[in-house]
Amino acid sequence: MSQTFTIDGRVIPFEIGQTVMQAASQAGIYIPHLCYHPAFKPNGSCKLCTVKVNGRQSASCTLRAQSGMVVESDTEEINAERRTLTQMLFVEGNHFCPSCEKSGHCQLQATAYHLGMMSPHFDHFFPDRAVDASHPDILLDFNRCILCSLCVQASREVDKKQVFALSGRGIGTHLIVNARSGRLADTDFSLADKAAQVCPVGVILKKRTGFAVPIGQRTYDQQPISAPGKVAEEIRHD
Amino acid sequence: MIEPRKKIKVATTSLAGCFGCHMSLLDIDQRLFTLLEHIEFDRSPLTDIKNCSPDCDIGIVEGGLCNTENIHVLREFRRNCKILIALGACAINGGLPAQRNHWPLAVLLEEVYHTSPGPANGMIPNDPELPLPLDRVHPIHEVVHVDYAIPGCPPSGDAIWKVLTDLLAGREPELGHGLLHYD
Ligand code: SF4
Ligand code: SF4
Ligand code: FES
Repeated sequence: MSQTFTIDGRVIPFEIGQTVMQAASQAGIYIPHLCYHPAFKPNGSCKLCTVKVNGRQSASCTLRAQSGMVVESDTEEINAERRTLTQMLFVEGNHFCPSCEKSGHCQLQATAYHLGMMSPHFDHFFPDRAVDASHPDILLDFNRCILCSLCVQASREVDKKQVFALSGRGIGTHLIVNARSGRLADTDFSLADKAAQVCPVGVILKKRTGFAVPIGQRTYDQQPISAPGKVAEEIRHD
Repeated sequence: MIEPRKKIKVATTSLAGCFGCHMSLLDIDQRLFTLLEHIEFDRSPLTDIKNCSPDCDIGIVEGGLCNTENIHVLREFRRNCKILIALGACAINGGLPAQRNHWPLAVLLEEVYHTSPGPANGMIPNDPELPLPLDRVHPIHEVVHVDYAIPGCPPSGDAIWKVLTDLLAGREPELGHGLLHYD
């Protein structure tokens, strides 16, 4: 017999070893998340999935479910903190959604919609970050990287290639390409790689497909990110 | 005799924007007539009044800040409007114009007036009447307090209508799925 805990008063069954996030998505409950992907070991870096458990805050993607836990998730207090996190992600990078190929298919944007983010609130960093267009099939626009490290995991664990890595510390952390030149063209990266598909924002983009779907018909124009079935789904738009 | 209810005074302006957001304002279509039963336009491209009246209720600002004139106008709006609304991506995060922020201003002026062919005859315009460009384009909330934002590039007429009618009805403005978008 499976055990249970509650999220916002709803009883959620779970198997021993499951995280709160896994049990919640299985039960069709959406907890906002950006660095969690069902295919990979959670790395707990974005903190968007923060919930309150027995009065204490914790990342639900790394927290193991325990019988009798009382989890608060969809509350004004926690959503306000999640909104602040998304605002920070927006001002730390250069997110000009109207000119971004990922717009409408982007999980950062859709999460911000879900949280009702109306403005970035903080001062913009407008950081200087390069674009790498060297690869024949793939464009890298580092301006939008939120350091979720999903591409690092996918390349290492699924593709067995180690094309990407995070380098630097604190605000200086950035994504690098594992080649002497630092250019994607000088790696064995390919469009068929898992790492080419996992980016939740518009960094790793397939060339010659951008803006193929008109505004209004894109993934999250059709349904909000919290829609049932969207939760554990891997988002692809090509 | 019942006194006619005082109309809400609305001022609008475009700073470093393309007037696309004002076009969306017109996309409110025939509902503009309903709106005009409740509001009157003060300073706005629609009226061509040059300065805000000191008693405006709502100021709607399109576009970010790319020169000193923009800052001047924005401060006038903040001083004279009880509620200030940032309308569209440029006002909210600098939008397209802010994509120049990665190049030094001198390089940009060189490129526009020296390198590219054009009518300027190799001269960087320096008439004292011209407002000085800022080294970076800024969203408006970095200079004045902004009360509400309507995202979008541009926001739809429906989104603008929703926020204005919410405010007129005394509700906290809210944009749900489909109306809230950043592109
Ligand atoms: S990655 Fe997402 S949030 Fe960033 S600019 Fe693109 S659409 Fe907008
Ligand atoms: S490139 Fe994309 S997948 Fe990789 S760390 Fe940045 S945001 Fe995450
Ligand atoms: S999804 Fe849990 S920390 Fe990012």
